[in-house]
Amino acid sequence: MIISQKKSQEELLDFLKGSQKIAITGCSQCASTCKVGGEEEILELKAWLEEEGKKITGYRVLDPACNLLKTTKDIKKMKEELKDADAILSVACGDGTQTVAKAVKLPVYPGVDTMFIGEIERVGQYEESCRACGECELGWTGSICPITRCAKGLINGPCGGAKDKKCEVNKENDCAWIMIYEKMRELGQLDKLMEVREPKNFQKSNNPRKINLREANKEAVEA
Amino acid sequence: MSLLKETLDRGGFAVTAEMAPPKGTDFAHLLECAKAIKGRVHGVNVTDFQSAVMRATSLVTCKLLKDEGLEPVLQITGRDRNRIAIQGELLSASVFGIKNVLSLTGDHTVVGDHPQAKPVYDLDCIGILQAATILAGGKDMVGNELKGTPEFYLGASVTPRFDPLDVQIFKMEKKVKAGARFFQTQAVYDLETMRVFREKTKGMDAKVLAGIIPLKSVGMARFMNNNVPGIHVPEDVIARIKAAEDKVKEGIQIAGEFIRQLREENLCDGVHIMAIGAEENVPAILDAAGL
Repeated sequence: MIISQKKSQEELLDFLKGSQKIAITGCSQCASTCKVGGEEEILELKAWLEEEGKKITGYRVLDPACNLLKTTKDIKKMKEELKDADAILSVACGDGTQTVAKAVKLPVYPGVDTMFIGEIERVGQYEESCRACGECELGWTGSICPITRCAKGLINGPCGGAKDKKCEVNKENDCAWIMIYEKMRELGQLDKLMEVREPKNFQKSNNPRKINLREANKEAVEA
Repeated sequence: MSLLKETLDRGGFAVTAEMAPPKGTDFAHLLECAKAIKGRVHGVNVTDFQSAVMRATSLVTCKLLKDEGLEPVLQITGRDRNRIAIQGELLSASVFGIKNVLSLTGDHTVVGDHPQAKPVYDLDCIGILQAATILAGGKDMVGNELKGTPEFYLGASVTPRFDPLDVQIFKMEKKVKAGARFFQTQAVYDLETMRVFREKTKGMDAKVLAGIIPLKSVGMARFMNNNVPGIHVPEDVIARIKAAEDKVKEGIQIAGEFIRQLREENLCDGVHIMAIGAEENVPAILDAAGL
């Protein structure tokens, strides 16, 4: 899931200082699950902005914000609410906010900071688990990601920086490589860790990346 | 051939000392300390933005030491340079006749003095060893021919006191596979750690230089025990420092005795002295160790 976090009220007021009439959009998926962009949070935002003297022209939880065709359609349904609006405040991830911005002519401001792709450990508690590196390494690491969970993204084993099995960068984090070692030992696959890994190919994560299955399918049909 | 390699290959007890480039352009103190150990050590390691703190580069400092007639060991980490810059740095070192290279992962930027910086880690320490090995074969990492081939004596680091130790050992084996021929260890203060480590690594085709950090105070020992991964100063050593009138002198004495004991029991192939800001004490440590 894409984990987002609310921006500070100061930052939002700064974005909105030239705007009086504001519409709010959220997202039914990740942003709702991580409690930043569902109806409940939008209503809270609405109440606070009204206290700050703004007029909220309308709101909608997009389902999901990152689907361009669907968002374009849903935004059209907001014609009345957007007619008088000066700006949209989007409480979806950075992707959803950009999608909304493509669908409207108004300025769109982000209400959240997009943090990471993470796991929901429990309600309100998330942990980064994948950096979308473009070449999944989990097959030889006991499904513990060294690219994400090791602060240095090491692929050949730990640095010397762990103390009491905790990372030198953040003592609250377990050393990913000790976790990987212990998991592989349990799995009886330590031999897989002995192989010297070639340096990672970072070409696979050069941004912006694109995937076009339609083109690929079309080529396959033509061939 | 590098003096360090020659010494270790013939079974000699090698001594290296570590120096950090200054933050600024004044090298007077560093060069003074270097001159004091000239002819007494087989190599001088120069740290690469040690602890992720910005300062002059390892390469330029190595060059200055070489000009003074000392044998430098270029430390290089993966933290600040990608594979293009690392290969270029290695070629440049070779142009200056610098052959000894110690490959390290590098402390993370967040522990240094520019925590806002973007850490690189394009190559890990094994990737750096692989890159150097490939360059020494006359090609670059993607197979392009080099005009002029560098020569290296490659080393890496290891932490003999680590929980679980096998995690360090398996990585050490991979470092050997990737080209490391000598290891300089994290600082050690007890013989038992080195006994266990020596036993575990005896089959490896690599020489081990035990890390020595002379103690200067009780506070320093306690700080390292609490904060520096892999370092454990035993209580009896701390008690000696505590009881001593001249703590620095006692620290030097303890280091000297420890080196003698390591040598007597053949627990390492040499020592690597990291005086951390007290490089002027290195000759006294060598005296105390009978080196």
